[in-house]
Amino acid sequence: MKKILSRPESLKDNQMHYCPGCGHGIIHRLVAEAIDELGVREKTIAVAPVGCAVFAYDYFNFDTTEAPHGRPPAVATGIKRTNPDKFVFTYQGDGDISAIGMSETIHAANRGENITIIFVNNANYGMTGGQMAPTTLIGQVTETTPFGRDPKREGYPIHLCELLSSLTATTYLERVSIYNPKNIINAKRAIKKAFQYQIEGKGFSLIEVISNCPVDWGMTPLDSIKWVEEKFIEEFKLGLIKDKTEQI
Amino acid sequence: MATIKINSDKCKGCSLCVNACPKQCISFSKQFNKTGYHWAVLEKENDCIGCGFCYQVCPDVCIEVYR
Repeated sequence: MKKILSRPESLKDNQMHYCPGCGHGIIHRLVAEAIDELGVREKTIAVAPVGCAVFAYDYFNFDTTEAPHGRPPAVATGIKRTNPDKFVFTYQGDGDISAIGMSETIHAANRGENITIIFVNNANYGMTGGQMAPTTLIGQVTETTPFGRDPKREGYPIHLCELLSSLTATTYLERVSIYNPKNIINAKRAIKKAFQYQIEGKGFSLIEVISNCPVDWGMTPLDSIKWVEEKFIEEFKLGLIKDKTEQI
Repeated sequence: MATIKINSDKCKGCSLCVNACPKQCISFSKQFNKTGYHWAVLEKENDCIGCGFCYQVCPDVCIEVYR
């Protein structure tokens, strides 16, 4: 018997601090596998956010820096412009990218920076205990919306991929999920494609990964992936949002 | 012939692999590991087909698949 699947080289052999069943571990692995397969580990610089993935440098086996809350696209812009031969990606949560970091995200996308953003959407602020985020669904109960999100008071969920798709400079935007093996394999395909685009110098790409947050949603891991399948992806439809290289 | 190896120290007992296994070969240990979880174990060793679904869904990347 031969070993056919095991921990990728780009992922350190450390115990992750994420809650049991959290999708971050899966997405870390997909990113690490994609980097191994593209053979760019030695020239990769990742930018971690503020949020649950803040300790990404403990898990990724390549250089990782840490940005102020919401600012990874700006930090990645600086790194990529000064080191155009390096491979630069950011790994951000929904509170980070679509609340405090919305401005940096939109402007990096509008400039068409040649970077990749992995956007993990779990519909709340996970690290601080499950407060409402801009991506929280209508009626979803969180720490700060105890009676459910009311659009009259808190507005509607932000669909970041659709928002960025109107910008001329964005190259590749896709929304994927990780609630079953089929979708996990598809998510890896999308992440690898976005990384490939950066290596080929095609410009800005963002992969939104619909993930789960069992502890802050008050669910078991199994209930949380069921909720993703039944409710979450009903609001955030999966699929390709924009691929400029195919349009040309 | 296929099998999986589960790292009992890293497993957090989330049960995603138990749910994903198409042959229902995975269950939980009776003992606790050092972080206090019942870790996943391959109970029906002969039924494993090495499909890798458990590896795909494991958030702690503690499963290795052999085939």
